[in-house]
Amino acid sequence: MLNTLFFYFLSAIAVGSAILMVTRRNIAHAAIFLVTALLATAGIFLQLQSEFLFIVQVFLYAGGIMVLFVFAIMLLHLEPAGGLPKFSRPQIVAVTLTLVLGAQILYAVFVGRSSLRLPALQGNISPQNTEAVGDALFHQFIVPFEIASVLLLVAMIGAAVMAKRRV
Amino acid sequence: MLSIAHYLILSLALFTVGVVGVLARRNLIIMLMSVELILNAVNINLVAFSRLHGSVDGQAFAIFVMADAAAEAVVCFSIILVFFRNRGTVRADEMDLLKW
Repeated sequence: MLNTLFFYFLSAIAVGSAILMVTRRNIAHAAIFLVTALLATAGIFLQLQSEFLFIVQVFLYAGGIMVLFVFAIMLLHLEPAGGLPKFSRPQIVAVTLTLVLGAQILYAVFVGRSSLRLPALQGNISPQNTEAVGDALFHQFIVPFEIASVLLLVAMIGAAVMAKRRV
Repeated sequence: MLSIAHYLILSLALFTVGVVGVLARRNLIIMLMSVELILNAVNINLVAFSRLHGSVDGQAFAIFVMADAAAEAVVCFSIILVFFRNRGTVRADEMDLLKW
């Protein structure tokens, strides 16, 4: 029961701050709402008993990527976006198309076997989760893991080269 | 009790909001934030199914999605930085040098 309440609370925060993020004009406000949405998602991970992903989400997203966003916002010293007027034609088309897409996925969710119950919660936080994830990463998924490390290296070098003034 | 549909619908809601953000906003930084939101919605699905099946494969895959999101954010920011240096704006409408 408490679990269900926790889920609805976090979902409301996540969806609400996501909607606020998309509709704010000020980029700094949007960044703050993005942090809230990501932290609420981290809570959802905790509620799903994947503690390792919870802490990775807090460190990586709410820590690392948000610092990147705020740094970029300050670096670009943007003018307050004048932007399109509210409810311009492209926006209406975009929202309509997205609602159609969402309705299709919702239909798929209800047609599928969506009433599967999640297994019951274990009583305490198990220390085995991090161990199990690390085991899967380093045994079963070792090749994708190494490819991800090369990807991160390439992204780092590419960003440094691109951001230099003269190549 | 919570079923898998709860998580799927939460993920769908976040995904939909993210797609609206990418399509309807013209600010490159907010479009990039919306992409992060979409990737996050995918992660919720992965973790929920991982819990449903009692295996950690979905969580391991979510780690890869996070690594991709970080790499993508870094590269996108350097592109935005170069674009801002050349054009003095971060509006996606202004990206029309290849259009003729």
